Amino acid sequence: MNVDLISILGNFYVLTLIKLGLVAGVLLTALAYLQWIERKVIAHIQLRVGPTRVGPHGLLQPLADTIKLLTKEDLMPSHVNKFFYVLAPMVAVFFALSAIAVIPFGPKINVFGIETYMQLSDLNIGILFLLALSGMGVYGIALAGWSSNNKYSLIGGLRSSAQMISYELPMALAIASPLLLAGSLSLREIAESQAGFMLGFIPRWSIFQMPAPQLMAFVLFMIAGFAETNRIPFDLPEAENELVAGFHTEYSSMKFASFFMAEYANMVTICCLATLLFLGGWYPIVPSPVADYIPTLVHLAGGGMLIFHGLQPARKWDKYTMPVFGVAFLAVGLLFLVPFLQPILLPLFWFISKVGILLFLFIWVRATLPRFRYDQLMHFAWAFMFPVSVVHLFVTAFLVALLK
Amino acid sequence: MPEGYLPIFVFMVVALLFPVVAIVAAKLVRPSSPFATKLEAYECGIKAASSSRGRYTVRFYIVAILFVIFDVETIFLYPWAVRYQSLGWFGVAEVTVFLVILVVGYVWAYKKGALQWV
Repeated sequence: MNVDLISILGNFYVLTLIKLGLVAGVLLTALAYLQWIERKVIAHIQLRVGPTRVGPHGLLQPLADTIKLLTKEDLMPSHVNKFFYVLAPMVAVFFALSAIAVIPFGPKINVFGIETYMQLSDLNIGILFLLALSGMGVYGIALAGWSSNNKYSLIGGLRSSAQMISYELPMALAIASPLLLAGSLSLREIAESQAGFMLGFIPRWSIFQMPAPQLMAFVLFMIAGFAETNRIPFDLPEAENELVAGFHTEYSSMKFASFFMAEYANMVTICCLATLLFLGGWYPIVPSPVADYIPTLVHLAGGGMLIFHGLQPARKWDKYTMPVFGVAFLAVGLLFLVPFLQPILLPLFWFISKVGILLFLFIWVRATLPRFRYDQLMHFAWAFMFPVSVVHLFVTAFLVALLK
Repeated sequence: MPEGYLPIFVFMVVALLFPVVAIVAAKLVRPSSPFATKLEAYECGIKAASSSRGRYTVRFYIVAILFVIFDVETIFLYPWAVRYQSLGWFGVAEVTVFLVILVVGYVWAYKKGALQWV
């Protein structure tokens, strides 16, 4: 029976469906909770507590938000261009979600003798595919702005398209320089080219890799990433104090939620891409024997801290919720020690922590920085980002030719 | 090559179905009581003074045209970057010529004021 089951599961189509279900399920949950995390983090940066009412620590807030948005009245103003008005949020979500299909989350793994990659599909042109999708992503916002037939929406949509295409250039050029080191367009091969350590302890990630460390390209990529996802300080398309809500002024209910989902999905994609291109994908920051224990230690420390706070409750329910989360953390920490699970969990841990740190950076910047003025924004893209990324690419090429 | 693209197409179908299902599901459960004032264009409470299909600044077109030129040139750099390690100094010479042409175009556009927003 076991052999039959394994041969069925090992079948390409069945395996694809399983992976697809996993990726879609995890991604959609992560998107919902990313919003909770964002609200919590910004609240704590601004000395507030954020959502606390729905569930312990507001953990059920995403569910409540979904129900609320589902049951809200969906106005379709009489003056809109109906077809494109309905199409725009779908287009935005479609391109934002599709991008995750080519992202690898880990190396080749072996489960019950079935060998598979932790990735939906490895395209040999993965990067081009992602750039194409991010280029198409402009359509969702531009169509929404135009079809709403509202001045605020139109200006928001125009600003957004001009901004996204302007920052796509430095982004594409910043991506080109790690490609020089990796010599491939496949995201998995790029990540695999960053395995190992220099001098025994410096990870061979692109941002450190000799002969041409890509720190500058990483910074350029992240700045362009902020602009591509329309996040503060580049959220001119929806600048509240001048454009009401920009391109989604006339949207309500689930269509409104779709735009937010697309924004968060784009954020996740940008962070995954930055991790794969510059931060060594799923490879740990220190050599193997030490790196294998770091996830356990991190989780044990987190669990210990939660139990400690549970014993000295700051709020009424902390007495019950904190120890429960603490024990869950300890259990997850111990899972990392199971030899059978290690090849799956360790790369996942490193990948997810790097992506998580970058996502935290997005949220942190949102809580910290004010908004650009639009002329400054465009001037920054064309007069600073573009020349700097061209020069950086040339310097990288020169260093690689000189020292390799 | 179905092994490469089939999962992506299936995932795209899921990505397309998700917003469609969500929006249709919302249609089934939500209330709906539209009336004329509610359906007006939102202009902060004031009646819309003019059509929003008016003119807007020409700079948006200029940026779009410049984008097409420079983005195509950027995409040309990708195959070069991937094969770079086997090209050696020939690759450096090639990209120098290519980037000089790119930069000349950029400087011309800059001097013309195409990149000035104000």
